[in-house]
Amino acid sequence: MGLGERSFDVAVDPELKIELGKQGIFVTTIQELYNWGRKSSVWPMQFGLACCAIEMIATTMARYDLARFGAEVFRPSPRQADLMIVSGTVTKKMAPQVVRLYNQMAEPRYVIAMGACAISGGPFKQGYNVLKGIDRYIPVDVHIPGCPPRPEALLQAFMTLQKKIDEQSLTGENRPRYLNVDAPGEFPVPEQGEHDLVPASNPNVWTVPVVIR
Amino acid sequence: MPPMTSSPYFSLAILFFGALGFGLAPLGLAWLWAHTFAPPKPNAIKNAIYECGLESKGDAWVQFRSGYYLYAIIFLIFDVETVFLLPFAVAFTGLTAGACLAMLVFVLLLVEGLAWAWAKGVLTWQ
Ligand code: SF4
Repeated sequence: MGLGERSFDVAVDPELKIELGKQGIFVTTIQELYNWGRKSSVWPMQFGLACCAIEMIATTMARYDLARFGAEVFRPSPRQADLMIVSGTVTKKMAPQVVRLYNQMAEPRYVIAMGACAISGGPFKQGYNVLKGIDRYIPVDVHIPGCPPRPEALLQAFMTLQKKIDEQSLTGENRPRYLNVDAPGEFPVPEQGEHDLVPASNPNVWTVPVVIR
Repeated sequence: MPPMTSSPYFSLAILFFGALGFGLAPLGLAWLWAHTFAPPKPNAIKNAIYECGLESKGDAWVQFRSGYYLYAIIFLIFDVETVFLLPFAVAFTGLTAGACLAMLVFVLLLVEGLAWAWAKGVLTWQ
């Protein structure tokens, strides 16, 4: 295990690793061990917002069995959770609470936006009272479309997230936000304004799309 | 003086330090890991006490009306007394005079409370 200065991601030549593996010698890096440990025991936060939550619950039950991925421990407190599954409609009244809960989760934390509502407002997009996507305020790692997405879709999102965790590097320029001292750890909680949430989005995580006609 | 290793407590001391290391090493490693890789990012929202998403309002040190102590006394009289009266009645024939006297003192104490509550008008339904 070569632990060169700032070179955790290239500590072992991949081809050499495969070659050694064929001979029955397994090499790994601290980074791989670390990522393997994290991706194999993601603890989701226990909260559901609307109909999509029913599918999320179904995913954790025996038939779909989220426990296969080490993620059956739904925590009722943000302090103990590292995955937020935004499952359902985020109304503008609920959005500040969701953002505050996200802020209270311990790093590293991940977000899966589940369902049409959570990613875009869904069937209520034209309404006045539903947030048009939770990614306006917090960084979302995996979006799942569907109304509601089937449990298989949530499992797929889960595997995508695991892949994403597996590829994160401990050091270097493209290390994730939570390992970067300068990156912000707080995401401003919106407040109820006269007509809408204020601010309407967090410019650090979401840019207002330009409509080209 | 015999060498230290021949003391009967020597192996115990070794075990003690082994156990201590077993507990402290993971803590130390975790601390080292956090120190090297994971910068702490505390902020006001994260450090807030209440964690259900809502902001806490007001003071947690709210005072309950002292009038509720009356309910506590009545509860003691009618509930706890029954719990003791039943075994008292069952074992009554086999009890010594001393035990009987102790039990009567206990009942008397509660009856005093009842009389007091009665006199205060707590028992009348308004
Ligand atoms: S996406 Fe569909 S199923 Fe999910 S919360 Fe919205 S309306 Fe309900």
